[in-house]
Amino acid sequence: MREITLSQAVNEAIAEEMRRDETVFLLGEDVAEAGTPFKVLSGLVEEFGTTRVIDTPIAEPGFMGLAVGAAMTGARPIVDLMFGDFLFLVMDQLCNQAAKIHYMSGGKLKVPLVLRTNLGATRRSAAQHSQSLQALVAHVPGLKVALPSSAYEAKGLMKTAIRDNNPVVIFEDKLMYQDKAPVPEEEYLIPFGVANVRREGSDITLIATSSMVQVAEKAAEILAAEGIEAEVIDPRTLVPLDEATLVASVKKTSRAIVLDEGHQSYGVTSEIASRLNEQAFYHLDAPVLRMGAMDVPVPFSPALEDLTVPTPEGVAARARKLCSGDLIHAA
Amino acid sequence: MTKTNTEDYLRMYRQMVRIRTFEDHANQLYLSARMPGLTHMYSGQEAVAVGICEALTDDDKITSTHRGHGHCVAKGAEFSQMFCELLGKEEGYCRGKGGSMHIADQSHGNLGANAIVGGSMGIATGSALRAKLQGSDDVTVCFFGDGATAQGLLYEVMNMASLWKLPVIYACENNGYSEYTKTAEIAAGSITARAEAFGIEAHQVDGQDVLAVNGLTQKLVARARKGEGPFFLELMTYRYHGHHVGDINRGYYRDKAEEQEWKDNRDPITLFRAWLLDQGIASEDEIAAMTAEIEQDAAAAVAHAEAAPYPDTAEVDMHVYAG
Ligand SMILES: Cc1ncc(C[n+]2csc(CCOP(=O)(O)OP(=O)(O)O)c2C)c(N)n1
Ligand SMILES: [Mg+2]
Repeated sequence: MREITLSQAVNEAIAEEMRRDETVFLLGEDVAEAGTPFKVLSGLVEEFGTTRVIDTPIAEPGFMGLAVGAAMTGARPIVDLMFGDFLFLVMDQLCNQAAKIHYMSGGKLKVPLVLRTNLGATRRSAAQHSQSLQALVAHVPGLKVALPSSAYEAKGLMKTAIRDNNPVVIFEDKLMYQDKAPVPEEEYLIPFGVANVRREGSDITLIATSSMVQVAEKAAEILAAEGIEAEVIDPRTLVPLDEATLVASVKKTSRAIVLDEGHQSYGVTSEIASRLNEQAFYHLDAPVLRMGAMDVPVPFSPALEDLTVPTPEGVAARARKLCSGDLIHAA
Repeated sequence: MTKTNTEDYLRMYRQMVRIRTFEDHANQLYLSARMPGLTHMYSGQEAVAVGICEALTDDDKITSTHRGHGHCVAKGAEFSQMFCELLGKEEGYCRGKGGSMHIADQSHGNLGANAIVGGSMGIATGSALRAKLQGSDDVTVCFFGDGATAQGLLYEVMNMASLWKLPVIYACENNGYSEYTKTAEIAAGSITARAEAFGIEAHQVDGQDVLAVNGLTQKLVARARKGEGPFFLELMTYRYHGHHVGDINRGYYRDKAEEQEWKDNRDPITLFRAWLLDQGIASEDEIAAMTAEIEQDAAAAVAHAEAAPYPDTAEVDMHVYAG
């Protein structure tokens, strides 16, 4: 199968959907000629013109609001938010407005929009350009949340997001834009709420999102060399969450570590760990562990920044302890 | 009152050259892959930072932007601690935690650069509110770009600043571009008229003319100290480099000829140098000696920063909460 980058995959998904449905349009800062600072959207303005690929002023709350209004009245906007950190600027329009309108209108109004943004540290971009804020939006009922972990997921999830009748937030990993993966030429969609078992194993389950999937897979390799078989599962969407697949895996392995690049406290890892405790308690041989980013703003210095994100070695070390029974009474 | 004596003129010139020299070294650090991450060059805009900051004292405050090295130097910062910050070293102004886009230098009243466009507008206005509440006569200058005028926060805080006559000066550096887009494509109507709509006195100034910038700022600062603020300045200027150091192939949004025109005919350092020579304030030799000394300082600061240690790993979870 051909291989393309995550960046090309996103570009293809959006182009295909824009060809299929003329109500789909894009808006955000430097999305047109510049094709975004990460060059993900290059070529779209040439094909679809500036009426469907719209450069906005630096006014995130404003253009987020425009997208909500356009979505309520018959369009399918894709909002490009240059950095995930800027979610804090658009929270009212996204969470008080977009997320609640369908419910508040008794199911009459719909807000079919996609907010595409990113996550991930270790780019030496410091505290305001490095956050992974998926927990924040996953907390708000009414928003769906997708976290592609490769080019394949990026394309399939984006197409599903664009066709969904709800506001969907998609986080791409900035460090993965140039990573290639096999992506079919033929059209495909990845349904929301279906986890992907990336590696089978019988000793421990590593549940990992987005940037942490590669970390979990590398940890699994380290562990395999020592005779510990780790199962690696990528939930792909946080909302909806494929609880059944995660629970079934943990019932089989009886141990789990949940990995996500958001801050550990009150985060994605906490939520998934609680669900496993609630639904697989009698099958567990050890507490479910959480591994997220350290609870600190992301520091600039490389000497500090690299300490804040889970590493394959760190994950393997904790998995080893779990499997040896060392962590029965918590971490 | 406009600065009139020789020492003041020479210091302004020196500060402009210091900014340009700092940026040339920062750019080299990036190009030779010796600096982590990206940085935004201030080169071309020196007369704005220097003209304004030379009208301020250490008690006066500024807030700065992602393109903040110029403001930082102009407000009195040292090369060595700045380069250490750019390289993420412990001796840096923020112990390596902030990096290029977050340098703050409290000892000189620099409340910090900001990586959120428009993110400092509230902070600057809040600093001015504190000055008024506490009966202090310091003034706060809020630096931001033309692109940042699109943020709604600006209009919320200008309204309050005007209602409450706060000692804040909004300094909009219009360098013609907001990232990869021309200002005309993202700013409707007149920028100064927006401030005027709130009853704020606004001026458009040639941002390449350090004497014009300084002269006007001196007057406005004096009036702001007496409670006659706020004020708004739109400073017409130009950035020589790309949006950031990695923005090298920029022909698709900006003409090489346009860049050359500004460098050849509107350079703030060249223009001021010619004036200093013409007025007999400095000789060619004196200026050459000054430039060489600044270059030496910068090279020494870079060497020092490269050899300096990183923060201890134990610092990673220090400073999350204040004691
Ligand atoms: C809230 C926010 N939106 C977008 C960005 C990305 N960004 C950084 S600088 C910039 C352009 C700023 O233009 P301007 O205010 O004119 O300042 P200049 O870069 O010209 O100095 C943009 C869009 C950001 N850092 N913060
Ligand atoms: Mg600008």
